Amino acid sequence: MQKYSIFSLFRHALNGHTTWAPAWRSPPLKASYDVVVIGAGGHGLATAYYLAKEFNIADVAVLERGWLGGGNVARNTVTVRSNYMRDASIPFYVKSVALYEGLTDELNFNLMHSKRTMIDVVQTFPKMRELRRRQLAMDIYGSTYEQISTEEVRRRIPALTGGGPDARLPVIGGMVHTDAGVNRHDAVAWGYARGADARGVELHQQTPVTKLLRGNDGTIKGVETPRGVVRAGKVAIAVSGHTTTLTETVGLRLPLRTMNLTAFVSEPVKPLVDVVVNCPDSGFYFSQSDKGEMVIGGAPDMGQSFRRDIKQHVFEDTVTAMLSLFPSFRKLKLLRQWGGHLDIAPDASPIMDETDVPGLFVTAGWWGGYKAIPAGGLTLAHLIAKGVPHPLMSPFTLSRFKHLDYVMESGTTTAR
Amino acid sequence: MMLIPCPFCGHRNESEFTYGGPVKPDRPDPNATSDEDWVEYLTTVPNPFGPVQERWWHARGCGTWLTIWRDTRTHDIVEGPSDAE
Repeated sequence: MQKYSIFSLFRHALNGHTTWAPAWRSPPLKASYDVVVIGAGGHGLATAYYLAKEFNIADVAVLERGWLGGGNVARNTVTVRSNYMRDASIPFYVKSVALYEGLTDELNFNLMHSKRTMIDVVQTFPKMRELRRRQLAMDIYGSTYEQISTEEVRRRIPALTGGGPDARLPVIGGMVHTDAGVNRHDAVAWGYARGADARGVELHQQTPVTKLLRGNDGTIKGVETPRGVVRAGKVAIAVSGHTTTLTETVGLRLPLRTMNLTAFVSEPVKPLVDVVVNCPDSGFYFSQSDKGEMVIGGAPDMGQSFRRDIKQHVFEDTVTAMLSLFPSFRKLKLLRQWGGHLDIAPDASPIMDETDVPGLFVTAGWWGGYKAIPAGGLTLAHLIAKGVPHPLMSPFTLSRFKHLDYVMESGTTTAR
Repeated sequence: MMLIPCPFCGHRNESEFTYGGPVKPDRPDPNATSDEDWVEYLTTVPNPFGPVQERWWHARGCGTWLTIWRDTRTHDIVEGPSDAE
């Protein structure tokens, strides 16, 4: 792998940037691998990377329907945080945030990770009580959460001029989560792809998996693609909303619903807000990108959906809520919108397990899975390599539904 | 925005409705069914890449519960309300 540095930049600049090697190879598709990972998104690429790096399993193919990093890893709002509710969840996300912070060095790829703090703007007392309860749980696992006054909220976020004493929902205070940050989604996908490729993993784009193949003994045998059958003793599904579409090809039903979660972005403006702002009572959140755009997210659509665009009334509701707290944003022009289809389990927590089909692994139910990419990849690689769940992911198996042992995280995300 | 055909009010905006979830199979008798089937009934709903049968409540309208078939790929309502309670 060529190392990226100021010196390599200088050296290649002297050659007119014509001498850079491709970031990853495009090898021919083999007929069989030890492990096939379906989906070259954040979780799929991270899984392949950690399989090769931590567990010396390099005979891995990552199969991607479209282009690398073009799915949900490019369809989110790049917020990385660990303010969750349950003892099962918090350590996992603390680990993921910690991994993100060291990833630029590890991958030799600038993630532009900006640990810039998230501030919750709280407008109701039940929400404040809920967040302070979360603070106590998070404190046990070393995640930061601290209450601040309304005056301090307004000092830290000068653009927050709405929500005064006469508003229907006045701002009553805030919660500060200093571990939170944002980074660059393309770099996460490309960095992991490059790191995995350098360790021998093969990345195959434009290779949709149409069907899973199951042997007579019931175990997984491989996958079917338009480029031919690819055999593997272990197959991992990391395809977000299409998880059930794939598992149903071997008659496996999973407790997942696919929903559409949307976001939109404004024109770039001068630096105005230097934290991630989350307004749970009003139902929106945003951060300002390095380019200066406001990246804004709201609530998911009602009902199951595989569409990846925003509905007009979801968009209007989010904008209306935002303008009630940030009236000066009225002048902003909005440039783009997007949606991602995510799957959600009944308790809004992820599922990572070997399924009833031996050799078939799923990582699914990631509502806000962007922040979970490093730890999600590491723990899935652990599960595939060792056959037992990583301690951080052991509460998130499929068998928890059998015992109705839910990890309730509804409300800590935008899930409803 | 979807226009949902209410049997009493005609085509109304989706924002007048509350989503009632996909239609599940009939509730099995807990004493007569296996643990696996019972858990599946409690946790697993149809999640098709295509038409799904689901319930909507015209909460900000006439209050009717209705059942439609909606395509999850396009949001087209492929079959109108088959019932009105």
